[in-house]
Amino acid sequence: MKEFAQLFLDLENTSSTNKKVELFRKYFSKSSDQDKLWALALFSHKRPKSIINTRQLREIVLGITGLEPWLFEESYSVVGDLAETLNLVLPSASRPVEQSLSYWIDFLVSTRPLEEADKKKKISEALDAMTKPERFVFLKLMTGGFRVGVSKTLVLKALGQYLEVDPATLAHRTMGNWSPDTTTFRELLMSTNQDEDLSKPYPFYLAYALEGSPQDLGMLQDWQVEWKWDGIRSQLIVREGRLALWSRGEELITDKFPEFEPLAFSMPSGTVIDGELLPVKDGKPLPFALLQKRIGRKNLTKRILNDVPASIRAYDLLEFDGKDLRRVPLSERRNILKGLVEEVGSTILQLSEEVRAEDWAALDKLQEGSRSKMAEGFMLKRKSSPYQSGRKKGDWWKWKIDPMTIDAVMVYAQKGHGKRADLYSDYTLAVWNEGELVPFAKAYSGLTDKELTEVSRFVRNNTREKFGPVRTVTPELVFEVAFEGIQLSTRHKSGVAVRFPRIHRWRKDKKAEEANSLTDLKDLLTQYGEQ
Amino acid sequence: MSTPLLSFTNKGIYCAQADVFIDPWQPVHKALVTHAHSDHARMGSRKYLAHDQSKEVLKLRLGDDIQLQTVKYNQPLSINGVKISFHPAGHVPGSAQIRLEYKAQTWVVSGDYKLEDDGFTIPFEPVKCTHFVTESTFGLPVFNWRPQSEVIEGINRWWLANKAEGKTSLIAAYALGKAQRIIQALDHSIGPVFVHGAIHNVNEALHRNGIKQKPTTLVTPEIAKEAYKGALIIAPGSALGTSWTRRFQPFAIAQVSGWMNIRGIKKRRGSHQGFVLSDHADWKGLVQAVKWSQAENIYVTHGYKSVFSRWLREQGWNADEVETLYEGELSEGESGTQV
Ligand SMILES: [Zn+2]
Ligand SMILES: [Zn+2]
Repeated sequence: MKEFAQLFLDLENTSSTNKKVELFRKYFSKSSDQDKLWALALFSHKRPKSIINTRQLREIVLGITGLEPWLFEESYSVVGDLAETLNLVLPSASRPVEQSLSYWIDFLVSTRPLEEADKKKKISEALDAMTKPERFVFLKLMTGGFRVGVSKTLVLKALGQYLEVDPATLAHRTMGNWSPDTTTFRELLMSTNQDEDLSKPYPFYLAYALEGSPQDLGMLQDWQVEWKWDGIRSQLIVREGRLALWSRGEELITDKFPEFEPLAFSMPSGTVIDGELLPVKDGKPLPFALLQKRIGRKNLTKRILNDVPASIRAYDLLEFDGKDLRRVPLSERRNILKGLVEEVGSTILQLSEEVRAEDWAALDKLQEGSRSKMAEGFMLKRKSSPYQSGRKKGDWWKWKIDPMTIDAVMVYAQKGHGKRADLYSDYTLAVWNEGELVPFAKAYSGLTDKELTEVSRFVRNNTREKFGPVRTVTPELVFEVAFEGIQLSTRHKSGVAVRFPRIHRWRKDKKAEEANSLTDLKDLLTQYGEQ
Repeated sequence: MSTPLLSFTNKGIYCAQADVFIDPWQPVHKALVTHAHSDHARMGSRKYLAHDQSKEVLKLRLGDDIQLQTVKYNQPLSINGVKISFHPAGHVPGSAQIRLEYKAQTWVVSGDYKLEDDGFTIPFEPVKCTHFVTESTFGLPVFNWRPQSEVIEGINRWWLANKAEGKTSLIAAYALGKAQRIIQALDHSIGPVFVHGAIHNVNEALHRNGIKQKPTTLVTPEIAKEAYKGALIIAPGSALGTSWTRRFQPFAIAQVSGWMNIRGIKKRRGSHQGFVLSDHADWKGLVQAVKWSQAENIYVTHGYKSVFSRWLREQGWNADEVETLYEGELSEGESGTQV
């Protein structure tokens, strides 16, 4: 566990990708196969199945420390991470013993069938047997969320160096539903066995946001332009008459979308389609929020299937006739895909339409229509491009539309969590209506650290009232708020609700009186409102 | 009940009987200053009273022409019947808890303090009182400091590792207090130690005040780049990320602050090494200081004041939070740059 905890610490102290790869490579070369497998699992967001709930975990730690529950919760709201808070309030271990990562995972798994009291006793003994960094990892195993700014691609690169295997091959082998309980390091990564899991998806190829102007990309004819849909990027797989649907987050979501089941029969075996899963009714996309709501449901009733029907907009064809097409140029893959979609002839599987324009300038014009189409802009794909794995620059780009913006006045401020626990970073923003300020959005600040410090000082010196952690401040500062969507709302005093509001910049050049009004906001609603 | 000896006004903490303010944030006639950090010692007051060791730094920061009187620790003076004395706070050189006694009331205003002896600053001395005004910068039970020796050992190891990689080590620290504390504790046999001008000025001022320190070199344009290889540089946080650091390339940065205890805050300030070391008391230190004071009335200022005062009330103290303009240990280390 010591090495793994150290890896964790070291990863946080560097921003260099090369150094991170090196840290992983070193870790892999030092640790046992079982530890390697678990490390890979944890950095692929897999962890041992729930051992203990967070209430019980809190009770254990409060029992050891004697802390008042409210005091613990206050601390948690400042630290922002449960495992870290628990670790920080615990006293140093009285008898640290060195054990491996997999030892502690097996230990946790062994407590799963125990009665609550016995489980708590065993876990609190374990907490007293680890150094602080190790204990943090141990707690994280129970609470989840190993976020350290490390992509799976990076881990696979290191693993590839260590095993001397192409990372793309490893990426494919590590897709899908494996778990360290059901496989071994060797089986998962080193078998060249072709009889791999039939439902296994390919690693997704992800695009970066376009930097600079599209003109720099050269001739428009070399590019395939599609709308950028706002849904769930998915892979639809049919092999040997069985259908599997995977989300980009490597989650198997077949059961959540029974409407695709008929495709298992109408699509040829050995087909893998990359597309966007969208809620579409009568040929028109519905707001993404409805799809999220549907996924959150435990039971799929007839009603919800009828209200929020899903379909796939096909982007790309990765496998056809059982053959991996990823090296074939996009234009050819697209041709086969077109034929396939026509042949299947189903309303729930449609080709993502290509957008055609004379030149970049004309395309730029067309982009203005994104919002009314419920799209977020364009995807630009080089016609000659292979289907790569992971996020890569060069061949695919996202060309997103600018968000809507409104200049608004800060009326409340609240301290942030975790990263920003020492600064006021969450603001409630208001617009003018008949001489009054009406709050319409709560936004997390996208300001620089320097600006944040400055705003925090303003808040401290201009507080009018305090309600718990929230401070009412003198309405003086104006911020440009950006958001992705706008809707009518009866729950908000302003009558509108905006989607993904965030602070774009501080309008130091504007006085509070010069901020936008509710009328401006409502104009946006009539222009772009989501029905 | 008699009227309280001190009151909390919009200019600062005020003693009407003696007509003096303690650490006022607006210009007043007479200011008693706990220590020379910029949020406690502000410009514009007519007369200042502070501890001896604050003298030169105060003049550096507030101007040579200020009307400043200084006293030693435990050396009472009397103003209109109020007995006033300064007592070590262990925060930074010259930092004091200010004690004011009149009739049955004894108040102690702690300013900023820490309980650990850092081997450089005169250590904290508990002072009994009836009313204790305490800070609460790190007033949450997640803040538990490790002993200084352990932290410094970590810094020495980091420095050695950087040196082995041919890198310069850059440390961000407050210009008054933290910087000198680190300079004193470091293992200077590892390599030369350089300082930024802001820190150099404070070092010189402390030197004029008779405070002995280990030697360091001021970073100047004349120094050849090679001289920094394997060296350690101490600078205020604001100097990092500017072109000033270019001459040290390649380098590694470490932040030294109590806030480094929280991963999120550490991450926000870049993916640098963080060392948890503070000149403020941790949770246990704050609780200990309150107990030592034996005061029934506790006033909690800057920091997690609502949490700490609520906790004290639940333990039976008569505790209140007080709004001030003191800023605690700012994560940006800006007060260090105003020299
Ligand atoms: Zn201070
Ligand atoms: Zn302070």
